[in-house]
Amino acid sequence: MTVDSPLDAMVVEDVYKSFGAATPVLSGVSLSVAAHEVVCLIGASGSGKSTLLRCINLLEPIDSGRISLLGEQVTGAGIDANKVRRQVGIVFQSYNLFPHMTVLRNVTLAPMKVLRLPKAQAEEAARELLARFGLADKENQYPDRLSGGQQQRVAIVRALAMQPQIMLLDEVTSALDPELVAEVLDVIRELAAGGMTMLIATHEMGFARDVASRVCFLEDGMIVESAPPADLFTDPKDERTRRFLRRIVDAGRM
Amino acid sequence: MTTGIPAASAGTPAASFGTGGRGPRLFSGGGRRAGVVSSISTLVVLAAVVAIFLAAPGSSEVRHTFFSPHDMWESFVGNPKKGYYSVGAAIWLNIRMFLTAEVLILILALLIALIRQSTGPVLFPLRVLAMMYVDLFRGVPLLLVVYAVGFGLPALRLSFISSQSYAVYGVLALTLSYSAYVSEVYRAGLISVHRSQVAAARSLGLTQGTAMRYVILPQAIRNIVPPLLNDFISLQKDTALVGVLGAIEANQAAQIYGSTVFNYSSLTVAAILFLILTIPLARFTDHLIDRDRQRRLAGAAT
Repeated sequence: MTVDSPLDAMVVEDVYKSFGAATPVLSGVSLSVAAHEVVCLIGASGSGKSTLLRCINLLEPIDSGRISLLGEQVTGAGIDANKVRRQVGIVFQSYNLFPHMTVLRNVTLAPMKVLRLPKAQAEEAARELLARFGLADKENQYPDRLSGGQQQRVAIVRALAMQPQIMLLDEVTSALDPELVAEVLDVIRELAAGGMTMLIATHEMGFARDVASRVCFLEDGMIVESAPPADLFTDPKDERTRRFLRRIVDAGRM
Repeated sequence: MTTGIPAASAGTPAASFGTGGRGPRLFSGGGRRAGVVSSISTLVVLAAVVAIFLAAPGSSEVRHTFFSPHDMWESFVGNPKKGYYSVGAAIWLNIRMFLTAEVLILILALLIALIRQSTGPVLFPLRVLAMMYVDLFRGVPLLLVVYAVGFGLPALRLSFISSQSYAVYGVLALTLSYSAYVSEVYRAGLISVHRSQVAAARSLGLTQGTAMRYVILPQAIRNIVPPLLNDFISLQKDTALVGVLGAIEANQAAQIYGSTVFNYSSLTVAAILFLILTIPLARFTDHLIDRDRQRRLAGAAT
C-alpha cells in the first residue's frame, strides 16, 4: 500500500465502511492527497463520496483500514477526534449553519470555544474572512435571511475560521439554485489558488476539470479510476468511468 | 336580563373578530363576511348557554351559593376573627410555590433528559435510573405524591428533612412529579434538532458538551417553549393540591370559607385568581412563538 510521505496531507488506506448489515458503502478505498493538492471525487449518488469525507472528518467510524492526516494516524483507539477536527474543515451540502445565531456568531463560536480566542480577536478575524468572501454586510443577519449561495459561503467561512490545514467539501453546490452556483465555486477556486489542500465531492464536472489536480471516480464504494482531469475526462481508461461520463454528457451536464 | 346580554353586545364585537393582522388567528378563514358569520354564531351559542343557566330550576340557589358578590368580597379579604383566611392573600403561597417549583423542575428535568439522551456505556446505570424515575412519577397521580411526600417525610422524623413546612413538601412533590413530564418535553426537543446540526458543531471541533450547550440545547428549547409553558400553566393550577396537606393556599382558604360560612362563592374567587395567573402566561406563550417566527422568517431570502 501507499507509504506516508511527508508531502501527503491525507492518506486513506483500504478503508471499509458499512451501515449496519447492508452492503458496504466503502469497500476498500485508498487515496492520498498531497499538501496543497486539490482532488475531486466524482461518481453517482450513493457511490460513497460523502461517506468517505465524513469518515475522514471522523464523523463516521470506519470498519477497517487506516486514515492519516498531516502525517498522523487518526483512526484506531485513543484518538482525540476534537483535536483532529480542528485541522480539518468540512462544508456540507445543506450548509448546516446554526439557525439561532447571527452570521458573526456562527463564525466565531468554534474559535472562541475551541481555540479559546478572546471575543474581540475572534470577531476581527471573522470580519476579515467575511469581507474577503463578500459577506461584510451580513454579519448581523440570521442564516434564514440569506440566499443559499450566501449561506454556503458563510459555512465555508465558518470552517476557515478554524484555520484548517485541509478542507473537505461535500457537494457544496448541490442544494443551490443554478444561478447561485458560480459565487460558491469562485470561493473554492480562490481557496485552491491560495494553496489550500482540498478533497471535494462534486457533481460539477466543468468545475472539477477546472480546479482539480486529480479527479477520482468512485463507484460502489471503490475508486475505479484516478487521473488528472485532462486524462480522466477526455480519455477514461475504465469502462465504468466511460459509462458514467457518457450519462453525464447525455444529461447535458458537461 | 335574559334578553339583555346578547342584545347589548351584538353590535360591537363583530369588527374585532375580523382577520387580525398579527398573532395566531382565532377565527381563520378570513374575509369580512366570514368574520360576521363567526361572531354571530358565537354570540348565539353563548346566549344559549347563559339562557340555559338562568332558566335552570336551581339557578337562583346556584347563583347565590357560587356567585354572591358579598361572599366573594368577604372571602377575598378574609376575616381571621370569623375563622376564615383571605383567598387573595393565600394565592401568594400558590405563586411562591409555583415559581420555586418551576425553577427546580427546569433544572431537574433537563438533567434527566440529558442523562436519558446520553450515549456512553459508562452512563448506562444512570440511564436506567432516569427511565425508572420518569416511569414512576409519570405513572403515580400527583395527589398521591403530595400525600406521600407531605405525610411520609415528616413521619420519618429525620432532623432536617422532617421539619419543613407543608409548602416545602408541596414544592418537592410538584417538582418530583412535573420533572418526569418536563424531562420528556426536553427530550422531544433535543430529538427535534436535526442530526446535521450535531455534525456541523462536532466537525468544527466542539466537544459534545459544548455542542450541546451552544448549538443543540438553544434550538431544542426554542422548539419546546409552547409545550413547556403549557405544562407550567398546568403546574400553576396543581399548586392547589398542596392544600390537602393543610397549607393555606388559595383553594384551601376558599374551602375553609365555604365550610365556615356555607357559601361557596369563595371557590369562584379562587378560580378567578387562578385564571388571572394562567391567562397572561398563555398569552405570553403566544407572543413568544409569534416573535420567534417573525424574527426568523420575516423577509427571508432576499
